[in-house]
Amino acid sequence: MSREGVGASILRKEDVRFLHGRGRYVGDIRPAGMLEVAFLRSPVAHARLIGVGKPEGAEGRVFTIADLEGVGAIRAASALPGFRASGQSVLASGKLRHVGEAIAACVAPSRAAAEDLAAACALDYEELPAIADMLSAREPGAALIHDHWPDNAFLETSREEDLSGLDGIAAAKVTRRLRTARQCMVPMEGRGVLAEWDPRLEQLVVTTSTQQPHVIRTGLSETLGLDEGSIRVVAPDVGGGFGYKAILLPEEIVCAHLAIRLGRPVRWIEDRLEHLTASANCREHHYVVTAWADREGRLLGVELDATVDSGAYSSYPFSACLESAQVGSIFPGPYTLPRFRYRTVSACTNKPPILPYRGVARTGVCYAMETTLDALARELGMTPAAIRLANLVPPEAMPYRNLVGKVFDSGDYPEALRRAVAHFDLERLAQRQAEGECVGFGLATFCEQGAHGTSVYHGWGIPFVPGYEQAMARFSPDGVLEIRTGLHSHGQGMETTLAQVAHEILGVPVARVRVVHGDTALTPYSTGTWGSRGAVMGGGAVAEACRLLGERALAIGAFLLQAEPGQVELSGGAVRRRDGGATVTLDEIARTWYRRPQNLPRDVDTSGLEVTGGYRPDPDTGTHSYACHAVIARIDQDTGEVVLEDYVVVEDGGKLLNPMIVDGQVLGGIAQGIGTALYEEMPFDAAGQPLAGTLADYLVPGATEVPGIRIDHMETPSPWTRFGQKGLGESGAIGPPAAIVNAINDALHRFGAEVFDLPASPERVLAALEEARRGR
Amino acid sequence: MKPAPFTYSRPADWGAAVALLQSGARPVAGGQSIGPMLNLRVVQPDAVADLRHLPGFGGVALSGGLCRIGAGTTHAAIEDDAVPGRLGEILAGVARRIAYRPVRNRGTIGGSLAHADPAADWVAVLPAFRGSAVALGPGGERRIALADFVMGLMETALRPDEVLRAIELPTLPAETRWGHWKFCRKPGEFSKATACVLAVPGEVPRAVLAALDEAPLVISDASALLAAPEAEAARIANAVPGLSPWRAALARTALKRAAAMVLETA
Repeated sequence: MSREGVGASILRKEDVRFLHGRGRYVGDIRPAGMLEVAFLRSPVAHARLIGVGKPEGAEGRVFTIADLEGVGAIRAASALPGFRASGQSVLASGKLRHVGEAIAACVAPSRAAAEDLAAACALDYEELPAIADMLSAREPGAALIHDHWPDNAFLETSREEDLSGLDGIAAAKVTRRLRTARQCMVPMEGRGVLAEWDPRLEQLVVTTSTQQPHVIRTGLSETLGLDEGSIRVVAPDVGGGFGYKAILLPEEIVCAHLAIRLGRPVRWIEDRLEHLTASANCREHHYVVTAWADREGRLLGVELDATVDSGAYSSYPFSACLESAQVGSIFPGPYTLPRFRYRTVSACTNKPPILPYRGVARTGVCYAMETTLDALARELGMTPAAIRLANLVPPEAMPYRNLVGKVFDSGDYPEALRRAVAHFDLERLAQRQAEGECVGFGLATFCEQGAHGTSVYHGWGIPFVPGYEQAMARFSPDGVLEIRTGLHSHGQGMETTLAQVAHEILGVPVARVRVVHGDTALTPYSTGTWGSRGAVMGGGAVAEACRLLGERALAIGAFLLQAEPGQVELSGGAVRRRDGGATVTLDEIARTWYRRPQNLPRDVDTSGLEVTGGYRPDPDTGTHSYACHAVIARIDQDTGEVVLEDYVVVEDGGKLLNPMIVDGQVLGGIAQGIGTALYEEMPFDAAGQPLAGTLADYLVPGATEVPGIRIDHMETPSPWTRFGQKGLGESGAIGPPAAIVNAINDALHRFGAEVFDLPASPERVLAALEEARRGR
Repeated sequence: MKPAPFTYSRPADWGAAVALLQSGARPVAGGQSIGPMLNLRVVQPDAVADLRHLPGFGGVALSGGLCRIGAGTTHAAIEDDAVPGRLGEILAGVARRIAYRPVRNRGTIGGSLAHADPAADWVAVLPAFRGSAVALGPGGERRIALADFVMGLMETALRPDEVLRAIELPTLPAETRWGHWKFCRKPGEFSKATACVLAVPGEVPRAVLAALDEAPLVISDASALLAAPEAEAARIANAVPGLSPWRAALARTALKRAAAMVLETA
């Protein structure tokens, strides 16, 4: 391993600009003549829209859907059988379907003046009964959100299997009803878009806070009726994505249309109120799980009934069913489940459309599976570790295909569990419990499919299917290596890790590698950064582009060294004779190509020192990183507050490109997972009104709420990827709710109590304790 | 999240400030509560009077066993020991736990008290002291006992044309015992229950239970609470109308733990 190549924990190149406040976000860009937009948004969850009264004298500065000639609706269909597509008008048309839905765009020289315009609009609507809960959405007689649908469901999926014999042979059977809360993703930077028309290039330039600039370009092209060549999408620095920015926004389309129409730059910046009240859009699941096990704790079968609250519309590009359609296939987790029956529903409700938040469906699924396993263990009198060891896929079975067809590439799942448990003094814990302390130990084991590609996504038939990932590599005349990627880095540290990959192949110092991303005009097409794919896909593509570039350089270098190509090799940023003779640096080779072409060999590859390399793992069904989270939680019996005393993660992400960056990813994910477990919840009242309007009501864990976390890495290479790396960007956010609630229930069950719903807030924990006290 | 239009003025002296209030202007000090409320358009005053530049708005003065704290004194100044002696220690301990430092740098003791959010720290703590709020109106200054100052949710004994000028508290002997406990899951969150107990040697101990969505409950004789914290805390908390079981449990816990702090230092 080189000092700064693959596997080196070098400091992040991009942090120089971030730590000095020199990052440049959409909100930092203010072209001359810019207009700001404030949206008039729906105050109600469900209504028939009768009309919008524009303020007198401001008719030309307020735009409703009737004013947006030629703008198409957002349509994110899935090819899955039975999927019902919802057309989403970019500004409300006919009906209002969730609080915060954009109705009119109000344009003014300042945001405050634009908000004044929005406040002065008159809104006429006739309220309809709101569907505020995913379970009541499908009750007979429920109001229909999309009038032409037979009921409020985007999609149902199921898998049949006969489980009737299990009652007779199982040593234990448990059923749990579980709920996860609706959350906001709360990135530091909200969404934002600035649209301008460039008359010289005859091009619409949309600068937007997105994870997927190329996909947004396609979406804008389809809705605006412009060819893709007439659109350039720029994603500058982006202050956190998490899936929140993997969407084509109605606001992007409206701003783009207005910029062309008004001939002025037009900007909208989401504020925190809009984020909380108009965009609480993730994580809300409901499960009924029944599981059977034998005396040794081996799972005999599981029956699952899962509902995902998918909100009012199907978002582009991931659609309304990304979560629910995955729940069934990922539920078996890292276990050798022999029998499985499921039914899943994507319920349509009067809430913001669901988006895939870091971890996507896995956080809820892991919660359901892991808490059910612990309930079984308690029933059988086993430890949480023992019941998992009885069911985890053993290392000798790798690669392993489970009963729903998922293929796990590599790893030693039981070892991760054993290592996690070994970090704790559980005898001491048992002693504290025996002394009456309300304290418990919890585990969660899970795997994370990442970087899954064509073979997985083509079946879904959503607006894009990821294919080969490409990267461009080129030398500048002075030998600086420029890497261009269609991925976007917004916290993942890719400007560093991809430079490390390039260094690994070509030996160019990381300081002399520039990673360019976030601009459709400068980078090759990519579906962008999502699904824990950056390291695998970007790493593979950059390695391939650099390999090809290296071959070109090698041929020139051999000529300059007066050697045959077979007599030279590339190492340490230079071409050198294998016999130990002379060397010529890559800088010198670049200089020769660009500035001294008279010195090139006659048969030189005329394409020069600029190449595009493509990559896709084979098979591309996805890598499976895996982890075991283990935690000790103490409960204050007076207040219900949960204190995390210790938290350990054993994580296997295959070969780590930069272990320090991986640690950062894991820690950040865990902070979000702690939010899901203990803090974050957007409550809605029966009328569909979101009830937390500020960050004093919607609690996000901060530095003081996250305990010290110990990370222990295993590195089992994936046999399918370029360096053996696996996707693990979401992993940290998957395990915490399961591990933490298992620890809480390990403490509570000694007092006859158990919690089922997330977050395990002090109020819920205390209610569980109170109920147990009353029951006794 | 931008405020509706309003006129902004910065009175140069206290007379001008009172005149502005008489004309209906909304006073603003540190702006840590009113600022977000303006931005959320929860309040839309026609005029705002910025008091921060008034002479003597902040600052602490001692005279004859009385400590006068200018209404514009920031939480940060109090945290950093602007108030001397045992009283100062107690107040610094309260100030240190108000939200986080950037809020404390701007937020003021008088602004917080006059805003009268039931969950606010000074609203919860100051009624424990036998001091007064100094109000300035067209007719001059008048004093209002701190225990009577906050009358309900965002409702105080100030008249519409009065501005809170200072808070006067008696200095405390070094042996004064103090307990203060509040339930916040994270810094900056509104308290869900706050209690404090003040035991000054030779005086009847006092306690306050606050963050009840209404005016704080002042317990002018907390002897029973100190004698039997568990039972008395439960009795007091259970008597508060309208609390959910969880909030009642927090109120009980707050009183019990504040009392325990006093007893531990006995």
